[in-house]
Amino acid sequence: MSKAASKIIEKPKSAGPATVFINARLLDPASSRDEPGGLLVKDGIIADLGSHLRRNAPEGATVIDCKGHVLAPGLIDAQVFTGEPGYEHRETLKTASHAAAAGGVTTIVVMPDTNPVIDQVSLVDFIQRRARDNALVHVHTMAAMTKGLKGEEMTEIGLLKRAGAIAFSNGKSSVVNTRVMRNVLSYAKDFNALVVHHTEDPYLSGSGAMNSGEVASRLGLPGISKIAETITLERDVRLVEMTGGRYHAATISCQESLDVVKAAKAKKLPVTCGVSINHLTLNENDIGPYRTFFKVRPPLRREEDRAAMVQGLANGDIDVIVSSHDPQDADTKRRPFAEAADGAVGLETLLSAALRLVHSGDVTLPAMLKALTINPARLLGLHSGRLAKGAIADLVLFDPGEPWVVNKDLLRSRSKNTPFDEAKMQGRVLRTVVAGETVYEYAGVERT
Amino acid sequence: MTSKPNSNALKVFPRRHLLTCEGLSANEINFVLDLADKAADHIRQNGKKRDVLDGRTLINLFFESSTRTQASFEMAGKRLGADVMNMNVATSSVTKGETLVDTAVTLNAMRPDIIVVRHHAAGAVELLSQKVDCSVINAGDGAHQHPTQALLDALTIRRAKGRVAGLTVAICGDILHSRVARSNINVLNALGAQVRLVAPSTLLPSSPERLGTEVYTDMWKGIDGVDVVMMLRLQRERMDASYVPSSREFFHFFGLDHEKLARAKPDALVMHPGPMNRGVEIASTVADHSRSVIREQVEMGVAVRMAVLEALSAHLPSFKDVA
Repeated sequence: MSKAASKIIEKPKSAGPATVFINARLLDPASSRDEPGGLLVKDGIIADLGSHLRRNAPEGATVIDCKGHVLAPGLIDAQVFTGEPGYEHRETLKTASHAAAAGGVTTIVVMPDTNPVIDQVSLVDFIQRRARDNALVHVHTMAAMTKGLKGEEMTEIGLLKRAGAIAFSNGKSSVVNTRVMRNVLSYAKDFNALVVHHTEDPYLSGSGAMNSGEVASRLGLPGISKIAETITLERDVRLVEMTGGRYHAATISCQESLDVVKAAKAKKLPVTCGVSINHLTLNENDIGPYRTFFKVRPPLRREEDRAAMVQGLANGDIDVIVSSHDPQDADTKRRPFAEAADGAVGLETLLSAALRLVHSGDVTLPAMLKALTINPARLLGLHSGRLAKGAIADLVLFDPGEPWVVNKDLLRSRSKNTPFDEAKMQGRVLRTVVAGETVYEYAGVERT
Repeated sequence: MTSKPNSNALKVFPRRHLLTCEGLSANEINFVLDLADKAADHIRQNGKKRDVLDGRTLINLFFESSTRTQASFEMAGKRLGADVMNMNVATSSVTKGETLVDTAVTLNAMRPDIIVVRHHAAGAVELLSQKVDCSVINAGDGAHQHPTQALLDALTIRRAKGRVAGLTVAICGDILHSRVARSNINVLNALGAQVRLVAPSTLLPSSPERLGTEVYTDMWKGIDGVDVVMMLRLQRERMDASYVPSSREFFHFFGLDHEKLARAKPDALVMHPGPMNRGVEIASTVADHSRSVIREQVEMGVAVRMAVLEALSAHLPSFKDVA
């Protein structure tokens, strides 16, 4: 048999028909573009965009009329908990991706808090294969930074990163042992790996169930002090200064933490931070009569803290908004408040809830979208999150003005623990496009 | 009765103890290496015994277990005609609570000529040397120094390459906990070699660049174009403390395999102080490769220790003085 005869034949790329989005308001925070125009997609890639395509569709292309609505890069959600593997009754990669698609989210980053914990190369591979076969949107996984998320032994950061882990997290828990955290940051730096940390001193927060303060006192619930968050964050910043490791505070929730991050940035340290949509739009008063769907981690804080988070977002001090989508079902939520699990689903309401901040005049639309597109893309080293020629065609088309009422029974997520049930929203997703393929299209008023 | 003490040693190597390589001059090092060269030739002959240390007593005092270093010193001492005593510290008064200083004073009362000491604590050998009248050789103290290892490494390089000056040597692996690395940095720098340290940040001491080395956390870059690759043993017990996540990952990124070795010069030497963890810091096939001089290192170990004993013995009081 001659060598020349055999060759590898790669799967031919399908040269599907081009799609053009006309009559859109092109909004791209990465390039500060905000103009009427159109966008051409070929082979899953943005082939062209600009005002010249506003009305003119190239011949043969499928035309989608955006009717003047906003066409922006698909959202990137850097913190999504699912139940796969281990708790599939709460959420699978598939159902999470359906929720994401309905929320205009084209990339989700799933957290390692599963059973088993994503702390080995084979499990990173498992997530990637399951996502490839079942998910509608792009799925990346963070890997655990310590084995079993126990905070004791570092994981194989080099091999996990090579296998595709996009960042390293200790999930919903903090690494308490300072030496371990130092070693993780130091070691991660050698691989240019990003360390994402939930900052909370577990000894200080103890059995706390909600924000420490007046409301907790009235409700008779043990409180979680803000400084439990800030102390750990301050320690981490010191360690970043010592080691040079890239560090992202997963979700901060109070002014004091924001001050720590701002000071670190002023020192040019490689420190960034995120905030969850819940802490931008809700406060501890929403808990009302022990509503467990408002029990999240970090806990909802006072109104002043929420306002500080919004201000931090508007100023650009907060880099990233996440949904912190965390599906919990009746067995974990329908319990006395202190015993109920933390977490709220959020993928499907993420954009609508964030638009509240725009409608209230606190944050501009580009500033808000920046924290959901290009900022997380840069943080995680993704090439999406922008409208640019040659970029992947991950898009969201939304009407910022469309009013609607959230109905938890219509959520695509397998779990229905939304804090926004029956909330009035203004602005909703009309279409979601992943790599040029429409994965969600709003068909008008939805019914149960 | 004894042969004359090496009169050059009195001038060129004016030391009673060998405790550290820090501060050793190129002259001193080369003097020892020249003596060791001769010793190496001598021990390849059939008649190995010499009488330089005839009538002298050498005590091997090892507070940390060791096979090769202790055997090497014992053999070196015996080949020079000394009476060698191995103190098994595990069953001695040390385990009954005696302090290091008391042990030193007790041994000193027995009037040995040379004590070879290994101890798990940095600085312990220096402390002991202050309490005795005889010569003391440091055979490894904590993560501080292991002078005879660095000298035998230099001899091995010099014999294989004809020189040390101008060569680039990459010391790779667990630098943080390595006394071998620290001694080698001193000796190689004194002899005019360029030293690189290659390790993950978690296994580097702080301010490594201040030690007169270049520092690399990427091994492919770190051994690019080097003349010598010196591997260190990964102390597996360190893995529990999260310095490195696993031996698998360590081998992947910091173990010496053929792929990484291909980055070094084609005639690069591969060295390891032993004992090796095959498949952790060094691939078996690399350890047994023709470029590997690991066995020569062991052979040169006896020669260098003979040279050190000979150089130090020149400073011992003669029998006449004592009488």
